[in-house]
Amino acid sequence: MRYLPLGDADRGEMLRVIGASSVDELFRDVPEQLRLKGPIEGLPMHASEMAVERHMTALSRKNMIAGDVPFFLGCGAYRHHIPASVDHIIQRGELLTSYTPYQPEIAQGTLQMLFEFQTQVARLFGCEVANSSMYDGSTAMWEAISMAHRISRRNKTIISSGVHPHYLSVARTMAKFTEDALETALPELDAETDMARLLGKIDADTSAVVVQYPDVLGRITDLAPLAEAAHAVGALLIAVVTEPVALGLIKSPGEMGADIVVGEGQSIGVGLQFGGPYVGLFACREKHVRQMPGRLAGETVDAEGKRGFVLTLSTREQHIRREKATSNICTSSVLCALAFTAHLTLLGEQGLRQLAALNHARAREVAERLSAIPGVELVNDGFFNEFTLRLPVEARPAVHAMVQRGVLGGVSLGRLYPGVDLLQSGLVVAVTETATNEDVDALERALKEVLQ
Amino acid sequence: MTVNPSGWRPSSPANAPGETQTVTGNRALMLEEPLLFEIGSTDQTGVDFADLPKCELKLGDLERSRPIGLPGLSEPEAVRHYTRLSRQNYAIDLGLFPLGSCTMKHNPRLNEKVARLPGFADVHPLQPQETVQGALQVIDELALWLLELTGMYGVAMSPKAGAHGELCGLLCIRAALEARGDKREVVLVPESAHGTNPATAAFAGYRVESIPANAAGRVDLDALKSRLGTDVAAVMITNPNTCGLFEPDMIAISEAVHATGAFVYCDGANFNAIVGKVRPGDLGIDAMHINLHKTFSTPHGGGGPGSGPVVLSEALAPYGPLPFVSRSPDGSFKIVEEESAGEEHPNAFGRMVAFHGQMGMFSRALAYILSHGADGLKQVAEDAVLNANYILRSLEDVLDAPFAKSGPCMHEAIFSDKGFAGGLSTIDVAKALIDEGFHPMTMYFPLVVHGAMLVEPTETESKASLDQFIMAVRSIAKRAKSGDEGLKAAPIYAPRRRLDETLAARKPVLTYRQPGAAQAAE
Repeated sequence: MRYLPLGDADRGEMLRVIGASSVDELFRDVPEQLRLKGPIEGLPMHASEMAVERHMTALSRKNMIAGDVPFFLGCGAYRHHIPASVDHIIQRGELLTSYTPYQPEIAQGTLQMLFEFQTQVARLFGCEVANSSMYDGSTAMWEAISMAHRISRRNKTIISSGVHPHYLSVARTMAKFTEDALETALPELDAETDMARLLGKIDADTSAVVVQYPDVLGRITDLAPLAEAAHAVGALLIAVVTEPVALGLIKSPGEMGADIVVGEGQSIGVGLQFGGPYVGLFACREKHVRQMPGRLAGETVDAEGKRGFVLTLSTREQHIRREKATSNICTSSVLCALAFTAHLTLLGEQGLRQLAALNHARAREVAERLSAIPGVELVNDGFFNEFTLRLPVEARPAVHAMVQRGVLGGVSLGRLYPGVDLLQSGLVVAVTETATNEDVDALERALKEVLQ
Repeated sequence: MTVNPSGWRPSSPANAPGETQTVTGNRALMLEEPLLFEIGSTDQTGVDFADLPKCELKLGDLERSRPIGLPGLSEPEAVRHYTRLSRQNYAIDLGLFPLGSCTMKHNPRLNEKVARLPGFADVHPLQPQETVQGALQVIDELALWLLELTGMYGVAMSPKAGAHGELCGLLCIRAALEARGDKREVVLVPESAHGTNPATAAFAGYRVESIPANAAGRVDLDALKSRLGTDVAAVMITNPNTCGLFEPDMIAISEAVHATGAFVYCDGANFNAIVGKVRPGDLGIDAMHINLHKTFSTPHGGGGPGSGPVVLSEALAPYGPLPFVSRSPDGSFKIVEEESAGEEHPNAFGRMVAFHGQMGMFSRALAYILSHGADGLKQVAEDAVLNANYILRSLEDVLDAPFAKSGPCMHEAIFSDKGFAGGLSTIDVAKALIDEGFHPMTMYFPLVVHGAMLVEPTETESKASLDQFIMAVRSIAKRAKSGDEGLKAAPIYAPRRRLDETLAARKPVLTYRQPGAAQAAE
């Protein structure tokens, strides 16, 4: 067995030192009748590296690979080009195979990278501080609602209808088991968001308002009026960003007054991977840092006065505070955070702005071409790299029909909102720098064909 | 925003005693590295783009006007920056990493290769189901293995890490209780439990009460029984427990808990000790998370990503979360989510994540499991337990081992700081181990042992590796017992000496601020 260094001679010698006659004797606390005598029956025995690779490769070939076809899916996961050096960096064994940096003297690599990550996230989101990552965007959003509840000591949260329905579903699930009341609504296929509804609902019982930016239909709205209205009654504004590349081109939520900004960092440095692992981003105002969930890297000095980094403010965390912790999170998504940092460092501000501009220009072009197809209407006024089309037919079968033509043409709102009649004609199309002219031609052709 | 491009030096006093200074602050292969913000520039980039087509913006007047403050590096600079930083980390690739309860075993590179196959790495979570049959099959195959290995009835694959799995299990329990109109408010947690257990119970809306351990390091069965009642929803047990001991009364515990209508949650962090040797389903457990990043070798990455599937008993399986994968009679796979749940899984407590869980970890864990097979996994548990007992018996004469007399340990051995002299404590032993080239063991946990040192070698260590570790610990333990002041200075040879954690917490500096800017703000 290639992963097990002990040989039978070693095992015999070690048993002698231990003073046991057999390994089974070491399991004597396990009730005898429950101890399995041999390998579990009916399961395969060990296999060579070649055999395992062959099996896994065969399974992987049963999937349609995004990079092999014209590809236009978004809605919370985006396909961007990741420089080869990013994967090289995170495959360094020292980063890949280390544990949570509990011994900072021999974990400065991870800790300094997390400090850089926190700084990058805070600046990108327009906030003062950020933590060292959460599981993903959806769980980060719930943690933000929960944190706002602790700060405001109120339990009513008003959620925009433009929040990703799966994120909302996660929050609803958790709220069933807490004292939180969530006010939600379904989105409409309209250029206008539900800003007016949100403004009308904010009152003295409101803990927080949650708004996604850009939202699930790709719409972008100014958050400043919401921030003002929330702050006027002592409530917090939580912004959710599922496509952080957008912030290379549009204002950050923090500069429009958001108190907590959370998001999904996958689109920078982390591949699609069928939905995980991704990396939750979490930033807020400095005055709220002690209510923040998750791990924080902080600067300090060592015994010789040299700058170094440690995990800090851990009195918020489960391993110290147990049931009084701000969250139960322990292992988060550090390696994905390191990939995010490496990619964003390679981009730099100039590169991020170029990338964002390129995405927007491509998306503008595609939106124009697709909305010129008879019967197809563009829903959005403003958008970044993702927009919603109203089709003259139900979008869900149209998506399947485009798959038949070898095109992954978007996410139907029917998939995200099954059974909601008014949304069934909606198709959300995301266009990144990875789409070629030929891809766009193929999408236009496929959509025309399935609408005929 | 170019800052300090002329070169940064660590802020060490120029005349540090007994230290030969270099001009750069570097010491041969030990290389100092500034922060990105001290070497990068906002107009530098390591990525080339095609020319931008002409285009009017359609951003609803929200175009960014302010600079962001994100320095960039060219590719050679970025690779060097992060490579130099990486070398300041200890890692399982470098040596023994015996953190108790963390199962830091070798991460096979086949698994990395498999996870990067484009058919797994480059697939979108919302692709139509007919285009992701291979991904769904991976989830299904892994789920079947986990069910066979645990002898349980159902499995929820979507939780993102161990603590998230705990939450999933407790929410299943809560949903099952509420379905029978049974409002219970308390979750019992042994005092030796991981901190995530009480934190999770509180997160799920329960009041937490502690149950004591007995002198043998196990759950005090009588104390547990006396506290059980109609207000107790669940008992969270870690088995093998955090003292590295199997709970021999597990069946009696489960029976007592079930008799009062409550459920047994098992923290599966220590599953590596028993995989292939005993099935948790045979112990009366109702829910248990499995850390794929522990037992099934997916890399820990310096703090995640993890993956925490939860196996469930027949009583709890109907309440498991959405989405999940189901196999159709024709052999195809489908995702059961909110839409289709109505017919197939109407009692789901809800959804825990945006998508389907940690696919990248599923492919790695499945490759690991297939590589070992049923025989190899059994050998994993046996070698892990053998290695831990070898350490226990090789150190018990120099370190106090509070439970060694009562018998063998499982996959980890626990020691205390009893007998250390001169005010020396566990941390001094740990830091001295760093100088000897090892990652320290878990310190001061579990709380039930004074100055605890919890050592988990795992099965992927050779006897030679263990012997070297034992030699180092024996030497340090003797120094600790003789009150050797020198231990307080350790580590001496690491990239940093002991770091001031009090300062970090008292004056938190969590993001980089340019020296000028920081002063202006004060």
